[in-house]
Amino acid sequence: MKDFVALINAVEITNKTNAKIQALVDYFSKASPKDKLWCIAIFTGKRPSRPVKSTLMKQWCMALINLPEWLFLESYSTVGDLGETLALLHPEPTHSIEKSLSQWMQDIIALKPKTEAEKKAYVLDAWSGLQTQERLIFNKLIGGSFRIGVSKKTLVNALEKLSGIDANQLMHSIIGNWDIDSITFEALINGTHINYDNSKPYPFCLAYALEKPLDELGAVNTWQIEYKWDGIRGQIVKRNGEIYIWSRGEELVTQQFPELVHAMQQFKNDFVIDGEILALKNNSVLLFNDLQKRLNRKNVSKKLLEEVPVGFYAYDILEYNGKDIRHKPLEERRLSLEALFKTTTALAHIKLSQCIQTDHWEALQAIRAASRAINSEGLMLKQKASPYHVGRKKGDWWKWKVDPLTIDAVMIYAQKGSGRRSSKYTDYTFAVKNGDALVTVAKAYSGLTDKEITEVSRFVTKNAIEKFGPVRTVKPELVFEIAFEGIALSNRHKSGVALRFPRIKRWRKDKTVEDIDTIASVKSLIKAQ
Amino acid sequence: MKLVRFTKKGIYCIPGKFYLDPWYPVDYAVISHGHADHAKWGMQHYLCHHHTKPILQHRISADIQVESLAYNEKKKINGVTLSFHPAGHIIGSAQIRLEYKGFVVVFTGDYKTTPDGLTQPYEPVTCHEFITESTFGLPIYKWQTETVLKQSIEDWIASNKMQHKTSVFLGYSLGKSQRIMKLLEGIDAIYVHTAIHNINAAITSSGLKLPKTILLEPDFDKKEIEGKLVILPPALLGSRLLKRIPNAATAICSGWMQIRGNKRWKGVDAGFPVSDHADWNGLLDAVKASKAEKVYVTHGAQAIFAKYLNEIGIPAEEIITAYGEDQLETEGKKTETA
Repeated sequence: MKDFVALINAVEITNKTNAKIQALVDYFSKASPKDKLWCIAIFTGKRPSRPVKSTLMKQWCMALINLPEWLFLESYSTVGDLGETLALLHPEPTHSIEKSLSQWMQDIIALKPKTEAEKKAYVLDAWSGLQTQERLIFNKLIGGSFRIGVSKKTLVNALEKLSGIDANQLMHSIIGNWDIDSITFEALINGTHINYDNSKPYPFCLAYALEKPLDELGAVNTWQIEYKWDGIRGQIVKRNGEIYIWSRGEELVTQQFPELVHAMQQFKNDFVIDGEILALKNNSVLLFNDLQKRLNRKNVSKKLLEEVPVGFYAYDILEYNGKDIRHKPLEERRLSLEALFKTTTALAHIKLSQCIQTDHWEALQAIRAASRAINSEGLMLKQKASPYHVGRKKGDWWKWKVDPLTIDAVMIYAQKGSGRRSSKYTDYTFAVKNGDALVTVAKAYSGLTDKEITEVSRFVTKNAIEKFGPVRTVKPELVFEIAFEGIALSNRHKSGVALRFPRIKRWRKDKTVEDIDTIASVKSLIKAQ
Repeated sequence: MKLVRFTKKGIYCIPGKFYLDPWYPVDYAVISHGHADHAKWGMQHYLCHHHTKPILQHRISADIQVESLAYNEKKKINGVTLSFHPAGHIIGSAQIRLEYKGFVVVFTGDYKTTPDGLTQPYEPVTCHEFITESTFGLPIYKWQTETVLKQSIEDWIASNKMQHKTSVFLGYSLGKSQRIMKLLEGIDAIYVHTAIHNINAAITSSGLKLPKTILLEPDFDKKEIEGKLVILPPALLGSRLLKRIPNAATAICSGWMQIRGNKRWKGVDAGFPVSDHADWNGLLDAVKASKAEKVYVTHGAQAIFAKYLNEIGIPAEEIITAYGEDQLETEGKKTETA
């Protein structure tokens, strides 16, 4: 397993994608065919179900080194990763076990039906036969996620470099149906189990943020104007009865959205359409936060399907009945798209993106300003004569986003992050004034630079009230500007308001706690939006 | 018996009328070692180990009034018998032992219980009260042996060399840099930044020997240093100087590098858990070896370590000091010491 440990070390220390790809290429050039398959399986989430509960592993470790639980938890909150905490706490190995990645995986599969005592004996023996790094990887192989910054895209880019096979085809191959015991590495990457002609996507056409006054754009009737949606840009490919959904990051996400696949099956024609995957309930678009619950899941439960149904707003059509029509003007493609939608009825999950009709640019200002009310993030302006470009090209497509709402709030709690962020306080809770008291209005954990996070962490360490546990109450002193997408009255929140998608816009070092918003001024934004 | 008091200015020896590593200017300061959070500017009089003296003169001022002692050498101050004992942290680092009417207090300053081949190894000193640091006071911190560390660093250098990369190590100029020099000795030519070069000169002025290094001139020849070894202070991470080094692969050497998240945070190419502090077992062994009836825990994981000591039957109390500020930083002055 030494090679695999070296691979993990190499990919996780660097944030350069090229270095990650090189490390993967190095591994794939050396590893045995079976290990290669397991490596791909692990990085794509095709792994055996966890044979041992993490709470058991924690208990075995604490008992082994006679550690009180509070001290285990302090260690865990410093490390931010359970598998790593267990690996670090374990004493030096007493013997040395040499097994390949695939042997370990076979062991782990075989462990599943065993008794708890047998499992314990196996795990303790493995722990004491491995070096710290290997022990960590072993814990990760048993269960838990390999959150080390290797996306499927990075993986297929490495395989492309290694084999010369097109990355999107490789994406289809590794996502496709394959079983580790009945396929060879060569067969897998050559895609003998798939038909890439059926799934092949087109590069997305991307827009720039609007950077000039509207009246410099020419006549308003030469533009197709649509709402801009904050979901997942996607391309749906339907060829020869097969359906594939590609995300903008060129990952195949078909399995995550069964309702879209079902809806697409209602069409008779073949096509490739571009649009937005959105959480869509009772004909209203939900927030990205809701959609997030649906992402990166191996299985979508029935409950979740009901709770957060997904829909697709179609923007464009790139291929119709086997013919690439990207060179045609948008105006014509739109007609084809509308024609396609006329071929079937009752499409609850698939909708045409609405075109906004106006004779004057000025009228758009108000429409854009009101877009937040329907959870849209502004407008898209597309030149009617434009082809479907490859990638980002300035001039034909513009996004014109609505400005977020903002308030000034003070930090009152801080918590350490996980993974890369485990050494710093990165998750904060903010409050505004309520008379002489403070009332919590939002939690946020992004938007600061590493340097600022370091500075805030230092403040937290110095000014914390608690000494134990993950959460620190801090002196209300640091003021931040919090941006959010919407605000509503809420009985569930103590403050009486709920902010949608709050995040830190910037650190207001020029302001003190005296200058922050009051709950009354926050509530006044409800009417204003 | 109350021999010391924890004050806002530092640890005060009551009958001796002097301070240990004070962080505000006082008349008489006894200094455990030369790091900036322990040896501050502005004292009327300094007392330290012989090897720390030139370091203080270099870092604070050549004009300070400073007196020095050898390890185990006794000095009486207002009836208190004071002596320095090896702390194994950096060159010249000392535990400070105070004895008054048969009552003994030991202040560790910073210490490391395992030898590194460079600093005089730590020696346990028995006492009634033990004032210990706790920088790495969590059971997740367990250092690798010097041999294992050296091997992993050598492997990294070898792989860099194959890719025509220059291996750049980031370490505080006092302490960590000399430790790195020792680990790198004999592998290849070692180039050091001016700040490190100057500290090296201060150290060798005491007659001590250090591994051979070459000063990295400000207008260094890129060709000459390509593929070689370079040591820079951590503040230079991301600097123009670092960018000028051809094909630089960067590594941080610090105990914090034991945790993956910290490595990733820094955006360096490698992190080696090289620490000049005691690890969890080192701290526990030191506390036990002191046979102290009361332990005061300072900078680091003081709340955690004190709580644990109490649980295993050793009365302990946490003490807030100004040492070890910014424990997690490598860019700040102190972390460098970690």
